[in-house]
Amino acid sequence: MTIALDRPLSLRLRRPSGGGVAAAAGFLVLALVAAATPSLFAGDPLAADPLHVLEAPSAAHWFGTDQLGRDVFDRVVHGARHSLLIGVVATGIAVSIGLLLGLLAGLSHKYADEALSRSFDALSAFPLLLLALLFVAVAGPGTVGLVIAIGIATMPNYARVVRTQTLVVRQAGYVTQAVAFGDSRPRLVFRHVLPNVLGPVPVLAVIGLGEAILAAAGLSFLGMGPQPPSPEWGAMLSEGRGYLSVAWWTTVLPGVVVTLTVISLTVVGRRLQRRFEGRLG
Amino acid sequence: MLRRLATGLVVLWAAATAAYLALLAAPGDTVDSIIGEGADTPLIRSQIIREWNLDRPALVQYLDYLWRAAQGDLGRSYLLQRPVRDVIADQIGPTLTLAVTAAGLGIVLALVLAVTTRRPWARRVSSTTELVLVSTPSFLIGIVLLSVFSFSLGWFPVSGDQGVAALVLPAVTLALPVAGVLTQVLRDGLDRALDEPFVVTARARGLGERAVLVRHALRHALLPVITLIGWLFGVLLGGAVIIETVFGRPGLGQVTLQAVTSEDLPVVLAVVVFSAFVYVVINTLADLAYLVIDPRLRRS
Amino acid sequence: MSELLVSVRDLHVTFPHRGGDVHAVRGIDLDIHRGECLAIVGESGSGKSVTARTLVGLAGPNAQVRSSRFEIDGRPGPFDWPKLRGGFVGLVMQDALVSLDPLRTVGAEISEVLKVHDIGDRKDRPARVRALLTAVHVPEPERRAAHRPHQLSGGLRQRALIASAIAAKPPLLIADEPTTALDVTVQAQILDLLAERRSTGETLLLISHDLAVVARLADRVLVMRDGQVVESGPTSSLLAAPEHPYTRQLLAAVPSAASRGRRLSAPAEPLAAAPASASAEVVVEAVGLRKRYGAHTVVDGVDLTVRRGEIVGLVGESGSGKTTVAQLLFGLTAPTSGTVAFEGAPWTGLKERRRRSRRRRLQLISQDPLSGFDPRWTVRRIVEEALPSVPAAELLERVGLGADVLDRYPRQLSGGQRQRVAIARALAPRPSLIICDEPVSALDVSVQAQVLDLLADIRAADGTALLFISHDLGVVHHLADRVLVMRDGAVVESGPVDDVFHHPQHEYTRALIDAVPTLEVSR
Repeated sequence: MTIALDRPLSLRLRRPSGGGVAAAAGFLVLALVAAATPSLFAGDPLAADPLHVLEAPSAAHWFGTDQLGRDVFDRVVHGARHSLLIGVVATGIAVSIGLLLGLLAGLSHKYADEALSRSFDALSAFPLLLLALLFVAVAGPGTVGLVIAIGIATMPNYARVVRTQTLVVRQAGYVTQAVAFGDSRPRLVFRHVLPNVLGPVPVLAVIGLGEAILAAAGLSFLGMGPQPPSPEWGAMLSEGRGYLSVAWWTTVLPGVVVTLTVISLTVVGRRLQRRFEGRLG
Repeated sequence: MLRRLATGLVVLWAAATAAYLALLAAPGDTVDSIIGEGADTPLIRSQIIREWNLDRPALVQYLDYLWRAAQGDLGRSYLLQRPVRDVIADQIGPTLTLAVTAAGLGIVLALVLAVTTRRPWARRVSSTTELVLVSTPSFLIGIVLLSVFSFSLGWFPVSGDQGVAALVLPAVTLALPVAGVLTQVLRDGLDRALDEPFVVTARARGLGERAVLVRHALRHALLPVITLIGWLFGVLLGGAVIIETVFGRPGLGQVTLQAVTSEDLPVVLAVVVFSAFVYVVINTLADLAYLVIDPRLRRS
Repeated sequence: MSELLVSVRDLHVTFPHRGGDVHAVRGIDLDIHRGECLAIVGESGSGKSVTARTLVGLAGPNAQVRSSRFEIDGRPGPFDWPKLRGGFVGLVMQDALVSLDPLRTVGAEISEVLKVHDIGDRKDRPARVRALLTAVHVPEPERRAAHRPHQLSGGLRQRALIASAIAAKPPLLIADEPTTALDVTVQAQILDLLAERRSTGETLLLISHDLAVVARLADRVLVMRDGQVVESGPTSSLLAAPEHPYTRQLLAAVPSAASRGRRLSAPAEPLAAAPASASAEVVVEAVGLRKRYGAHTVVDGVDLTVRRGEIVGLVGESGSGKTTVAQLLFGLTAPTSGTVAFEGAPWTGLKERRRRSRRRRLQLISQDPLSGFDPRWTVRRIVEEALPSVPAAELLERVGLGADVLDRYPRQLSGGQRQRVAIARALAPRPSLIICDEPVSALDVSVQAQVLDLLADIRAADGTALLFISHDLGVVHHLADRVLVMRDGAVVESGPVDDVFHHPQHEYTRALIDAVPTLEVSR
């Protein structure tokens, strides 16, 4: 297992076009505002209207209505809070633990590093979904288990990147130079190693957030996340699936919103990554 | 190579231990956790205590569990009244077919796309498509394919695993995101390789663009793809759970999902340990493949 | 006039770029006659490599090429490039480690040329590959053909690269810095090989930054600067009586035995006299330094003394252990055995914490200054960090940099400016010794001249001792007072530079000196 398992997270890719980045950033702002104050944009996500069940999108119901007559648009807007929060908290867990362990591995001696690296490998041996299922099987379905599972499963990605980066920075000429000026070890770590290791992490986190949201949607689709009638995006898709042949909008439209969110995060993240590399390269 | 085997064993041991700890960590009595929603009789309870050595010291329980796992004995499902190994063996077939087909399809698609879309406009179209595919939940892809090709056009069956026709949509659904990621990695690798001085030398020999791409650059571009094999495995196995649900296919994913909902812990734990085993095997093979493609690493 | 293989008039090559096109080649004329060796010399950015690549249609996918005449083999374009490349023009580039496909055997690479140009058939190609490798003097061609570039030594793989370039018997061979990545002794062998190719009737276009290399091979020379030819003519007369000031400046900037004691960047002026050093106090003394990694001994019993105000050169080829000696002296790597004393007190065997207070007296300048700067810091912060009590501008002034670079990041500076910043930083704490590890190897010759002058000035003004590590004998002979010659981890010869270089005692030193191409220039 000598080969690092880089997920596509750290891919270097082509520069997205300026218009695309602006659109993506705009969408993200919208999603954030929706998550912060959903009631400003949309009505009650739980208000059922038995007289208007499974209606196609119209001026009154932009995204149509579902099997209980709830407005799909209202539910999608309110769902932003759930889905983004799950993604952010899960990524937060992953980044903070990954950062800590990655730094520890990168800074420590051979054996400790080896042990930590192997444990990242071991954790990667569980596909994210399976790890989450294990959590649910033990702790029962629910948002908390879901968030923890995604956080732990994506943690090794960050830990590996941070470890590699730490090793690179440790070897860097400017650290040697700082030694030549008699800098002490803590001073080296805090003035040179940490800042240069931390730099790329927020960017990775933005891209990783997309991955977390995607994973969360998949798990709630399987019924492992927030339980109905909670308007979480994946759960909405799961509910709407039974009515696919008569009302495509109850699944496809929330699905498109998930996709747009993830695309926007990726596009913005890559743009930041390019800028960051440009600054340092 | 010995080192690789050793780390593989460590990963397996860690996986088995993690599964065991998960069992202990489950709320309530361990016997209850193992029974799950299965029939709860004194006879079964004593059977469980005997199988898991629950009446003996914790260390003995653990070592015995490891010893059994090492021999391939993954315990017994008291819900299904069968050894877990048989349950997995029964259901591995359809999942394997799905995963292998999807992986093959994804890799071929990625190779073709990465090599053929070198022109600026083609690569713009292709990279946008890849971005959408990578960012779309796989169940949404499945649902859309299902509603278009099965519900509207009626070309493929809605569910089941009868014959090749029933395999097409699930395999495509699973393959598309894989192809999306791999195309990006391959294209990136090709770009880097084409920037290398040896490409200038190759061109200066009179080699055509296609030959430079296929004979020189592609091999270099494949190296990063191999490091993604572990990731690919996770996507395929995790994807299988979702896709078997969407398309109503039998398989390991369905078994796992049912085991989770019916709290049949022995099956869940066994699937986890089994997946770690497959992961280790695949990664060891990937390491070997790396050595075959990149002779520079052979010496060390 | 003999037959023209290539004839180009008013050649322009432009690379479109956001924020201003890059005009790499600006209207040059070029004729290559059959059987001659033409050289293009110039510093980086002069457009010499772009010119060479344009002749095989490989200037780059975005390059815009214009000319009033562009004829290859007497015919104007459009050209059948796949046929011309390899068939009419062979290209040899720098460093075969990356110029040959690292994943394929050198045999496959050579055979590929034969295949593309339909020479021989599948069965007899291995024999042809062997014959080609023999022609470039690769011993055991059969075994070597099955090797990959990383398994061959630098010289052997450069030979294999040449074999692949001449496989389809092109009348014209373009060699773009063919020896730049090589050690001097290997460089001499490759130059001999190229000379030998010429005698078999091949025409050679040599691209180089090194005037001495050019002098050894070329019949005619074109001197390029900023995309234009500033001067051209027969090699001997051009080197003996350069007309253009740039050519003169370039020649004067080459460090050698002859340039000792005078400035390189302003040739008329002598350097300030060096302080007498024979009896000065010892700054650093290493005794019996040995470093072993596993079974491999990298440094094998090195004794070394540097006195105050002295410049000691440490020369050797790659793998001789000279950089490891620098690391041992610097104290980041502990020697397997042997001791280092710094300013009269023990230095090795101490805990880093005990060395810390003395650290500032020992500074380090490396070949690649960029990696030595924290990428987040501006020049101001880098220099102020070294000596907070003095304004950064003052420190930069000493190394000839203006205040305009203060708020720039190191990556925004040129190579020469970066090395000056590195020197300014190293000088700031008033060290007694600066270890310079190949400090000018990555620089163009005119920038190298300025940096070498600066180092000499610093020594004269402050009495700072320098340990100057270099593979370049000319640089060491120009600058150093004493020299140590290293090979396979051991010092084979040492003494005052003039003694060692003019009357070498050890056969390795002699071989090293013989291998260096020299400029015989009358001044």
